Amino acid sequence: MRAKDVLGREGEQAAVGYLRDQGFRVLDRNWRCAGGELDIVAVERHVFVVCEVKTRSGTGFGTPLEAVGRLKRQRLRRLAVAWLNAHGILFREIRVDVLGLVQDGAGGFTIEHVRGVG
Amino acid sequence: MGLARTFAVALMGVIGHLVEVEAHLGGGLPATILVGLPDAAVREARDRVRAAMVNSKLDWPGRKITVGLSPASLPKSGSGFDLAIAIAILAAWGEAPDPGEPGSKAPPMKVPHEAAFIAELGLDGRLRAVPGVLPAVVTAAGAGKDLVVVAPGNQEEAALVPGVRVVSADRLLDVTLWLRGGPEPQAAPVPRASGATAGVLAAPRRRRDLSEVLGQYEARRAVEVCAAGGHNLSLLGPPGAGKTMLAERMPTIMPRLEPAAALEVTSIHSVAGVLPPGSGLITEPPFCAPHHTASMPAIVGGGSHGTIRPGAASIAHKGVLFLDEAPEFHRDVLDALRQPLEAGEVLIARQAMITRFPARFALVLAANPCPCAKADSGREGCECSPATRRRYLGRLSGPLLDRVDVKVRLSPVSRTEMLHGHGTAETSEVVARRVALARERAAGRLRGTPWRVNAEIPGAELRKSFFLEPKALAVLDHAMKIGQVSARGADKIIRVAWTIADLEDRPRPVAANVHEALGMWLGA
Repeated sequence: MRAKDVLGREGEQAAVGYLRDQGFRVLDRNWRCAGGELDIVAVERHVFVVCEVKTRSGTGFGTPLEAVGRLKRQRLRRLAVAWLNAHGILFREIRVDVLGLVQDGAGGFTIEHVRGVG
Repeated sequence: MGLARTFAVALMGVIGHLVEVEAHLGGGLPATILVGLPDAAVREARDRVRAAMVNSKLDWPGRKITVGLSPASLPKSGSGFDLAIAIAILAAWGEAPDPGEPGSKAPPMKVPHEAAFIAELGLDGRLRAVPGVLPAVVTAAGAGKDLVVVAPGNQEEAALVPGVRVVSADRLLDVTLWLRGGPEPQAAPVPRASGATAGVLAAPRRRRDLSEVLGQYEARRAVEVCAAGGHNLSLLGPPGAGKTMLAERMPTIMPRLEPAAALEVTSIHSVAGVLPPGSGLITEPPFCAPHHTASMPAIVGGGSHGTIRPGAASIAHKGVLFLDEAPEFHRDVLDALRQPLEAGEVLIARQAMITRFPARFALVLAANPCPCAKADSGREGCECSPATRRRYLGRLSGPLLDRVDVKVRLSPVSRTEMLHGHGTAETSEVVARRVALARERAAGRLRGTPWRVNAEIPGAELRKSFFLEPKALAVLDHAMKIGQVSARGADKIIRVAWTIADLEDRPRPVAANVHEALGMWLGA
């Protein structure tokens, strides 16, 4: 595995831990379909949340949050519906969150969590 | 979440408006949104400001930034908002890192509420000069902002405005450190430009003098009258007679600009971008000689909205606009000059606004008698038919020539004048003294009116409030009766007669003055 993929895996693991601490119930991870991949599928209280996790080793090329553009947000929303259809579940509220992780140099990550982006 | 505001200035022509720049750092995915009618150059500020901040080690808030320029309905143009936007973002950013000590938070930024920021930012974080700083600073001062922060290249120009403290900095970082409690920035002095001026502006490097013109007594007199009364002049004569020399020397016999006029003229030159750095306030009447291929926007001003620039007519404001080879100019360009000649200003209307540039100049036209330029020159070989000549000068005729008060026909300089004419002609200094006295007399008579010189008096007012000596108008009556002079022409002649009387220190024109004015009008 390449270094960036290792970093991404570690970041997603840290993100899952963070979300659990925040009271999210994680339903699925790395769910793939023809339209793309969802990093984390979770439920916060009664809201269905899909999370995109972006991990960077530094901000020299911009913050991880900036890397999530309009097209990606639109795709995440489509994928959220696809996941619900695939599993036959209904939610009244769907939300897309983005988690930006940057390595803090001490083996951990600083996490920025933006709710409801798309 | 943070909010901060700074102030900048938007220019519409030479009129400025104070603009409040607000920056709001809010939640959401990182993005920078600029609202408040920015044009393309202002919108690019987003990218310039970001690069400048990152390269100044000031970092960039990875947040959703909304920058608002208000009043939101006013169109904003140019790059002069960069610094105000950068400072607003930095001030709104509560947890900005300290550029000196990575990892720690910078002290909070205090933006003085009396400060206006007027500079473009380079990608490397340097402050760059922008055109139009003088009118911008005048606006800021008028709105109570008596501290301005500008680029080093604009420092001298900004300092021309009385009562304003000018701070100039080389880099964005210096401004930031200052506002965070550090020392006031000291910009390195700017090397003076070596006499390089832009385009149409002919800066007199060496002081010209009227005594250098050989002979041409009649034309010298005409130039003197026009300088004293602000009249328009046409010079018709063969090449080498001294048309250009005379026109170029007309500003040297005109009085220096009064402080208000100097500020106005310097503002126009600043907006036009023809103000050489380090030149200070323009106190001499400007002289502008556009080439005859000049386009209409080059002469009266123009451009798309937001970047409307003054033309030669406005650059010559309070001075002389010289059209050499006048018949060679495009017809529509010459016709476009009628409005400024009449109104003393240029109005440029665009979709969202009307921009006004002052343009009260003395027009000087020069023309050869025929297209081959050999007629009247004493040289042989002119083959232009009378019809050709008429057509050539006919390009000038009509409404434009109707607005020229004094017309002179020059003859070639004679051999005697050439060999012995030196040292006998009056110098500019002597003539300027007479012109200044005449202008004083006119100004005294026109006290309490908006006009300064005789040429500016409207016709109705001229006939109502200013009376000549009895019988002085007899010669003019006759000329009108036989159809030599139109009603508009009569007004012009009376104005010139007043100027001649002013030059002779008479309380009002006598018959001889009207006679001379009629002669000048007819160009006999």
